[in-house]
Amino acid sequence: MQKSLHIDPAKCTGCLQCEMACSYEHTGTINPSKSRIKVFNFEHEGRKVPYTCTQCSDAWCLNACPVEAIVVDAAIGAKVVKEAVCVGCKVCTIACPFGTINYMADVGKVQKCDLCGGDPACAKACPTAAITYVDAEWTGLDRMRAWAAKANTAAAAA
Amino acid sequence: MGWNRKVLRVNLTAGTCTPEPLNMKWADDYLGSRGLASKYLVSEIDPKVDPLSPDNKLIMSTGPLTGTMASTGGRYTVVTKGALTNAIACSNSGGYFGAEMKFAGWDMIIFEGKSPKPVYLYLENDRAELRDAGHLWGRSCWETEETIKASHQDPQIKVCSIGAAGENQVLFACIVNDLHRAAGRSGVGAVMGSKNLKAVALRGTQGVSGIKDFPAFMAATNAAKKVLADNAVTGQGLPKYGTQVLMNVINEIGALPTRNHRDVQFEEAGKISAEAMHEKRSSDGKTHLVTNAACFGCTIACGRISQIDQNHFSVKNSPKYWGASGGLEYEAAWALGAANGVGDLEALQYANMLCNEHGMDPISFGATVGAAMEMYELGLLSKAQIGLDAPFGSAEALCKLVEMTATGEGFGKELGLGSKRLCEKYGRPDLSMSVKGQEFPAYDSRGIQGMGLTYATSNRGACHLRSYTVASEVLGVPVKTDPLVTEGKAELVKAFQDATAVFDAAGICVFTSFAWTLADVQPQVQAACEGDWSMEKLAVVGERIWNMERQFNLAAGFTAKDDDLPPRLKTEPAKTGPAKGLVNGIDKMRPEYYQVRGWTPDGVPDQATLDRLGL
Repeated sequence: MQKSLHIDPAKCTGCLQCEMACSYEHTGTINPSKSRIKVFNFEHEGRKVPYTCTQCSDAWCLNACPVEAIVVDAAIGAKVVKEAVCVGCKVCTIACPFGTINYMADVGKVQKCDLCGGDPACAKACPTAAITYVDAEWTGLDRMRAWAAKANTAAAAA
Repeated sequence: MGWNRKVLRVNLTAGTCTPEPLNMKWADDYLGSRGLASKYLVSEIDPKVDPLSPDNKLIMSTGPLTGTMASTGGRYTVVTKGALTNAIACSNSGGYFGAEMKFAGWDMIIFEGKSPKPVYLYLENDRAELRDAGHLWGRSCWETEETIKASHQDPQIKVCSIGAAGENQVLFACIVNDLHRAAGRSGVGAVMGSKNLKAVALRGTQGVSGIKDFPAFMAATNAAKKVLADNAVTGQGLPKYGTQVLMNVINEIGALPTRNHRDVQFEEAGKISAEAMHEKRSSDGKTHLVTNAACFGCTIACGRISQIDQNHFSVKNSPKYWGASGGLEYEAAWALGAANGVGDLEALQYANMLCNEHGMDPISFGATVGAAMEMYELGLLSKAQIGLDAPFGSAEALCKLVEMTATGEGFGKELGLGSKRLCEKYGRPDLSMSVKGQEFPAYDSRGIQGMGLTYATSNRGACHLRSYTVASEVLGVPVKTDPLVTEGKAELVKAFQDATAVFDAAGICVFTSFAWTLADVQPQVQAACEGDWSMEKLAVVGERIWNMERQFNLAAGFTAKDDDLPPRLKTEPAKTGPAKGLVNGIDKMRPEYYQVRGWTPDGVPDQATLDRLGL
């Protein structure tokens, strides 16, 4: 079964454990500035929103790359940057409508979420289940269940 | 490791920024943050220095767990000689600022001297610059943060700053970071203002790499997070209700100081409680509370984000206050509310927002208003002197006085002196509910006896965060003790004081101690830091920090006479509730405490104690 990251902003508290986990997974240091998931804090609305790559099926970044440095990990559906191939031209960062692929000045390459090879560190680190890793075909399941629970139907008689 | 091993020394007089290596011997003796910064302070300043003179220093420090995945590992501490207290001051804050200092590659920033003109420190990794803050002076903490981010075109900068209160040297001015987190107490913001230092802006992209044993650290932090999640207080009560969960609890046990401690129960406590924040308002159908919020790394998330009623008299013509904003936390709700008899939740949120906006400690501000209201009712202060009617319970007075105090307008200038100086000025020093010049927080020590000893002996003046015996005496953490008796409280207070010093020095939040003991902290510190960090060593480090702070205060001129409570708490019994008829037994507990501490009957650490602690 293919899975995908599922984000429920209403559960996010802004603790940034996801950013720390992401950076530690990929760089070996705790460094939110290298995180591939970012939490945005809309202070005056009291909203916090984690945001990262949604792994588009037909990915703008992948299509734009002139050197084919972005490839599909078919097993998990992730679009993955091959650092050895990336030339740092940044065309993908222009192509991506969501801003979720970004250039790293220190290494001269781009980086994006790669789903940690199928076991995303951000989801494991989230203390409130604002970030989960669920069946890619059923990311709406919890929301459906919530609405179903509100349906005012009597239990069927035996 | 755990530390970056780098200190930035900023000489504001000369305008220089100089890196220097962290004193690792001291790090081994004092761990970090509160402990390590205090060691630097006491080694570098004359204890008798005027807190507002250029000879005082102001230190901002992280701990070894700051900026890590340890839950609540986002705190930084401001250490200086307090403007309000003349004692050692140590105020810590959450938000995101502390972690950013660590990510920029620094453990600590030491500010010394006084800038000839307003400046702010801009720190981007190794690059440190003092920049002109002429355009920021006069701006609020909120405007300062926004302006700095905009002018650097970098929304990821983290800022701490002073507002009007710090600029005007309100003696309980604080330092605000991330809009509504604050190094709140003892007037650290006034010291910052006296140095013409408006703000510190940080951007760090280096991260924390110096964890001694990463796999062990991850295992230890994950285990400790589970302890927090499984605990009823840190896993359920605090996330849902915030610290405000205490309002009704403390009122019911008769320990909610009301109307300048005349009473110990507030008849309108329910109206300003956590439960009230969850209720829909009749005016607009919305709840006061919008959401909870976490500081950096925190898996508890006790923070409150609320939205004031736009129809409330305080803001109906001020749209800038209509958005979501920080508050109310229990201490602020108490100090702005019960302490002066105001039961209007929206008024409290307004006053709290102005405290954040202008950089003012809501505890000392609210409690000082309470003292002024009592003097107004006694006829010692007139309407003409204050500029308005100020009886207990007046939400209008509260809302006007908060702005007047921050900006130093009219009678606000006198409120800005704090209750001790204010009450002395009008001939009633006994009406100041303070110790060492710092106002009490939200627990009446007639109903929670251990808190009387906590306040009397706190090294930074009256404070609940030096030894929160409420945990034991009211909530039964880690063991239940009887709040109405003095027996055993000397030992209890010492144990809490020493353990809390370690939590503070590590760079984590003391609220974890509802669920964690030192045994939960120890594996995290051990995995992060090189060297031996056994339970035994941490216990000694905590006690060493406490005694070091004590020695500074003794050298500054404090004596055993200053380890005392105002006469009201010793002579006027609680009128209602479970503590009815009781006063605080501080005179019985104090000598016991000195003995438990290994201090002389005059409250001075004896030679054996100093030798044992290596002081």
